[in-house]
Amino acid sequence: MIRIENLVKTFGAKRAVDGISFGVERGEVLGFLGPNGAGKSTTMRMVTGFMPPTAGRVTIGGHDVAESPLEAKRLIGYLPENAASYPDMTVRGFLEFAAELRGLRGSQKKQAVGRVVERCFLQGVLRQSIDTLSKGYKHRTCLAQALIHDPDVLIMDEPTDGLDPNQKHEVRNLIRELGRNKAIVFSTHILEEVDAACTRAIIIDRGRIVANGTPEELRAMSDLSGAVTLSAHGANAEKLSALGRVEDLNGAFRIYPRDKSRAADLAQDVVELVSREGWKVEGMFSERGELDEVFRRITLPDTVKR
Amino acid sequence: MRPILTIAKRELVANFTSPVAYVFLVIFLLLTGFFTFTAGNFFERGEASLAAFFGWHPWLYLVLVPAVGMRVWAEERRSGTLELLLTMPVAPWQAIVAKFLASWVFLLLALVLTFPAIVTVNVLGDPDNGIIAAGYVGSFLLAGAYLAVSCMTSAMTRNQVVAFILSVVVCLFLVLAGFNPVTDLMTRWASPALVDTVAAFSVVTHFDGFQRGVIDARDLVYFLSVIGFALFATGVIIRGHRAG
Repeated sequence: MIRIENLVKTFGAKRAVDGISFGVERGEVLGFLGPNGAGKSTTMRMVTGFMPPTAGRVTIGGHDVAESPLEAKRLIGYLPENAASYPDMTVRGFLEFAAELRGLRGSQKKQAVGRVVERCFLQGVLRQSIDTLSKGYKHRTCLAQALIHDPDVLIMDEPTDGLDPNQKHEVRNLIRELGRNKAIVFSTHILEEVDAACTRAIIIDRGRIVANGTPEELRAMSDLSGAVTLSAHGANAEKLSALGRVEDLNGAFRIYPRDKSRAADLAQDVVELVSREGWKVEGMFSERGELDEVFRRITLPDTVKR
Repeated sequence: MRPILTIAKRELVANFTSPVAYVFLVIFLLLTGFFTFTAGNFFERGEASLAAFFGWHPWLYLVLVPAVGMRVWAEERRSGTLELLLTMPVAPWQAIVAKFLASWVFLLLALVLTFPAIVTVNVLGDPDNGIIAAGYVGSFLLAGAYLAVSCMTSAMTRNQVVAFILSVVVCLFLVLAGFNPVTDLMTRWASPALVDTVAAFSVVTHFDGFQRGVIDARDLVYFLSVIGFALFATGVIIRGHRAG
């Protein structure tokens, strides 16, 4: 549904987006990760046709955004950064306005508004003007606007920013549910969201893609992945170091595999060693790897890396 | 056409959901009343016409129209809704025209509400209502020209005050270029051809005909081309922002 080829955007001498290419198909939820200022919002603005790219191509459902913007925009629902909406309008007025701009009239419009109001839990605030709403409701109102025409493509710029944990949970569930038959791209810098909602994630840094894969694949890039953490009475680092590099964690030991591809054997080896030595095990975990460690490692400048 | 109507309707309604529109209407009517009947010596003139009424419009609009036009794009950029609007299936020119039309209709409403002036001259005397009608057409076009300029300056900044001041400065030029004291001053050192050329850019020169009851095609073309040019420039400015 979404095809992006060698997208470049320069602001003066700065290359905000520097040759990004990826594609998103129906049924995929792509998490767009990166530190602040990495080029996430700029990329999304080019995908939605708000900004023309300096170079490269974006096609939505076969329509080139630069050449046939109206056809491409019809397929997209967009939740901009900070969920901008007209503060002087009522929720109903705003949603009807969005529906009309999307070409919905009469009973179709009424149906569409009713559907998104239910979906985004806005029943209680329909008559309220948007500037009197709490941040969570404002956000959901803008999200409702993006869903009003049941778009095939949904682009969301930090959809959970500023929401409380319950609301975050709701929005993530909504994204996952919508992702079954839409192509979704959403940006975030909250890593747990990748696990909660994405089928695939892209990490960008300084305008370039630095990692692209399923949450599992990204996690496997972590140093920690495959390591075994053991807390056992009588255990000592000397014996354990025969199995791999050992880190002392104040009462527990973490053993890193020498060879990542044989990580599965490590746990087995540790179990055998423990039973041979007769140590009393209090706890033992096989680490999956942590996304934020991967994120930090690939997005921090070399000088800051430990 | 549909998107233009939808956006224009939203803009018009938005005007009236805040008290600003009502405050504007009251101030506009108070000022037109004051300038016509007190400062314009309406009663002492002893003639059944609205010359005292229309004569002030280029000056009155100088402050009031930018006050209407300043928020049109500046507000949209400040609150981030510009991104929302321009990612809808709407061509930028449609949004520009729609927003201009909505504010122009609002100014038309303000102008319509000055009808007591027409009633007054008709009760007191026997004026030529054709001249009055031409005056209203001219005044409406004049407001449109100022408004288009205000839309343009509004697109330049996200600060409404800056947009207001820029607009007043540009409109002031459009007035002064044809204002008699200024043209008199210019004739001392400039050739008559140059003075005429500069004056031809002025709204005052082209508004004169309407006040005398003449609707000249050249004046119509002037006002419509000022509007067209300013709206085109608005489009260029907005495209410039998006290109970064």
